Amino acid sequence: MSAPDTAATLRDAVVSGARSAEEVCREALDRLERLDPALHAFNTVTAERALAGARDLDRRRAASPRALDSLPLAGVPVAVKDNLCTRGVRTTASSRILEHYVPPYDATIVTRLEGAGALIVGKTNCDEFAMGSSNENSAFGPVHNPWDRTRTPGGSSGGSAAAVAAGITPVAIGSDTGGSIRQPAALCGITGLKPSYGRVSRYGLIAFASSLDQIGPFARTAADAARLLDVMAGEDPRDATTAALPAPALQGALTGDVRGMRIGVPRRLLDQGLDPEVREAFLAALDVLRGRGTTLVDVELPRARYAIPVYYLVATAEASSNLARYDGVRYGFRAPGTSDTDLRTMYCRTRDLGFGPEVKRRIILGTYVLSAGYYDAYYLKAQQVRTLIRQDYDDAFTRTDVVALPTSPVPAFRLGERVDDPLQMYLNDVFTVSANLTGLPAISVPCGFTRGRLPIGLQLTGPGFDEAAILRVADAYERETGWWKEVPE
Amino acid sequence: MSYEPVIGLEIHAQLLTRSKIFCGCSTAFGAPPNTHVCPVCLGLPGALPVLNRQAVDFAIRTGLALGCRIQSRSIFARKNYFYPDLPKGYQISQYELPVAVDGALEWTSDGQTRRVGITRVHMEEDAGKSLHEGFADAARRSYVDFNRSGVPLVEIVTEPDLRSAADAADFFERLRAILVRIGVNDGNMEEGSLRCDANVSVRPAGATTLGTKAEVKNLNSFRFLQKALEYEIARQTELLEEGGTVTQETRLWDAAAGVTVSMRSKEEAHDYRYFPEPDLPPLVIDDARVEATRAALPELPAAREARYVAEFGLPKTDAATLVLRMPGLDDYFEATAQASGNPREAANTVLGLVRARMNDEGIGSVDALRAKLPEARLAELIGLVTRGEISRPVAKDVFDRMFASGEPAAAIVAREGLAQIDDEAAITAVIARVLAEQEDAVAQYRGGRTATFGFLVGQVMRATGGKANPKRVNALLRQALEAES
Ligand SMILES: [Zn+2]
Repeated sequence: MSAPDTAATLRDAVVSGARSAEEVCREALDRLERLDPALHAFNTVTAERALAGARDLDRRRAASPRALDSLPLAGVPVAVKDNLCTRGVRTTASSRILEHYVPPYDATIVTRLEGAGALIVGKTNCDEFAMGSSNENSAFGPVHNPWDRTRTPGGSSGGSAAAVAAGITPVAIGSDTGGSIRQPAALCGITGLKPSYGRVSRYGLIAFASSLDQIGPFARTAADAARLLDVMAGEDPRDATTAALPAPALQGALTGDVRGMRIGVPRRLLDQGLDPEVREAFLAALDVLRGRGTTLVDVELPRARYAIPVYYLVATAEASSNLARYDGVRYGFRAPGTSDTDLRTMYCRTRDLGFGPEVKRRIILGTYVLSAGYYDAYYLKAQQVRTLIRQDYDDAFTRTDVVALPTSPVPAFRLGERVDDPLQMYLNDVFTVSANLTGLPAISVPCGFTRGRLPIGLQLTGPGFDEAAILRVADAYERETGWWKEVPE
Repeated sequence: MSYEPVIGLEIHAQLLTRSKIFCGCSTAFGAPPNTHVCPVCLGLPGALPVLNRQAVDFAIRTGLALGCRIQSRSIFARKNYFYPDLPKGYQISQYELPVAVDGALEWTSDGQTRRVGITRVHMEEDAGKSLHEGFADAARRSYVDFNRSGVPLVEIVTEPDLRSAADAADFFERLRAILVRIGVNDGNMEEGSLRCDANVSVRPAGATTLGTKAEVKNLNSFRFLQKALEYEIARQTELLEEGGTVTQETRLWDAAAGVTVSMRSKEEAHDYRYFPEPDLPPLVIDDARVEATRAALPELPAAREARYVAEFGLPKTDAATLVLRMPGLDDYFEATAQASGNPREAANTVLGLVRARMNDEGIGSVDALRAKLPEARLAELIGLVTRGEISRPVAKDVFDRMFASGEPAAAIVAREGLAQIDDEAAITAVIARVLAEQEDAVAQYRGGRTATFGFLVGQVMRATGGKANPKRVNALLRQALEAES
């Protein structure tokens, strides 16, 4: 299989009239139909919606040849994680409790993507309510890694990552609460970007942990990621936590020139359970960056070692509250036979049957964390440490332009291998959760393979709202290396 | 041993914004169930709150009117609990940093100054409404109307500074007058737009520590508040006098039975797991906004009450009644006073004829009164009395007709021939006739029983159908009686 087209290539072909949007769309839907049975990347296929959008674009272009010139994603097929609301299209968050839930409205980013000409071909599988690092917590079964179908694609946005890695769509949308875009991007050999907190509207994203969640793109190249983020980013009157900043215009930042930029390396963090092959690939990637004219500098992030416990206190606390609305009263699943029982029985059975074990574990943990008598010791303390971790990064950014780390300490592991050890599973997030706790932008780019041909990811974290810095370095790295062109068989 | 009650109140007031606190849905009362709803106030997955600026302005106004300090930075918090009318499983409220703190309300009662500290004013969203009656399957099912979900509220919490049930009712009445006056609340307790809970304990007189308190809910009128507190104070006092102890619990006022009943104990109390609302940034209010709001505050009820006494010469009790008893009655009075140019007559008419008629006809609000009888119409009537064109007894008659038909007073007077008789010759003729008929009374008067004079005046008035100018009758009657003796 040759390298699939990028979003930029497809878009230009559609805008110029070289290809029709419908043809591009049908090809994506064909690939989906052919490849997905083995991958299980999609919960729902939205062929009709995508084709209707494609035909509309073609009609507009037929009426006026330059009609699509202003659409940065004209005719680009995109897969959207199933925790983003789509009007009239089932949106499940891969949970039994929302199995048949159909939202009456579109998430802001869905409106923006479609407004830019994108064609949503389906809703992708993920860990239930985005809680997990392996996609095995989906109520509908796991996604399989296109590089090795016995292995995890990572999580929680595993379906979106697998869809792009398998070449079904050139780009996809995920959400990242503790690494849920970057880690599956790394494990699937593609690019994944978590924007700064507040850069992209969360309106219509089914919340896991509100102060950590961000929506971001998966792509084959940094340039495509920038193209998507330019469309998705910006203040939204429906989300009070979006930043009032002008559109970032990131595509112009990808000059390929990174000479003089400083790459910070927190070497002390590299002792944290790092796979030797991942370490090797990471150090090689640093050499490549140095070769492009950057300077490597040592940085200390002394409090980053507390990131995992802090993350699991904050995230579970917020999740316990965010998931309270799934109570069987107004929408979603209600346990059979409980409509005429007392209220408490209805609540308990509905939530017992509707949620999977990992979601229940986190709700219970989070409820405990916020309980009277424990709040100060856990939640409050965690928030204080969170502030200190942000200070560490702010200090580091006085001496460096970006911080480099491996994205995941290990390559894709086998499905089922870690499901019985939640703590081990949580440690997969060791390098990714800091970006969520601090709100900083971070990207994962492909940086090589293990000898068993499993992809490895390089993570770059930048100062707040400086997506341009990490995208520029990622793009320069891609220009120097061919990892991003590799495709699974 | 004598016991002293200690009372603090928590008042929830719906803010009169047009739209809800975190979405654009209408707050209008009385719409068909679940028609003023959207993804945000239904708590649909993915929906997010956005704060209503007007609600913040109203909260600032409330804080300032209660003498509070407005915090430059306040934060919203989630109060977590499960209930079918709470769509998100949490209520967005304020907890550790409310919008306003450290105020007080002062007033005089029986010549003594009362002062009640205001601990805090915070903003929050209302829940939906559970409906348990009026459905075919109401025995097995309840229904929920989310029109009210997300209506903005302020919660006002007082210090435990109240020392009697009567003071508590007084305070609540004065607070209501303030909220209505500053335009943030409609003062309607029947529709639940103003609600009150009370924390009450008793302690030996002179003690400085607090006794164990009970929270009493469902106190939705001044009378219920006073009755419930009287009951609760007596109940707790009796318990202590018998050597028992008060249990910390939440109690519900049963208005029909006139008692408070236990609702839940302290052990059953919710752990609300408050934490800062991550979907809303901190609320930052700068000094300029506070000062602009302060400058725009209207005259508050206490100042108004004092002005009615000083400027119009109204008795204190009349001034208080106008300002406190019914929301907006003071505005109605002022408009009438201004249009008629006779504030005292206007006050007497509003407090007398108008209130009596409202009671008789069950008119519960000033808006409804205004619809029946606009201030300008009432002022015309008062003008006729002031200028001596009709007598007071006739004025009552004209008022009744005017109220029923909506016709202007002057038109009624003209059509019915009710204009005051002020003609000397005409009145003298009537007097002559009355004196001739009432020989006994005249003899009594001349014999020194001057009290009979009033009786004779009444006879003359009756003979003119109440239309004679009473002053003129007095003078001419006295002349006639003196002249012939
Ligand atoms: Zn609404």
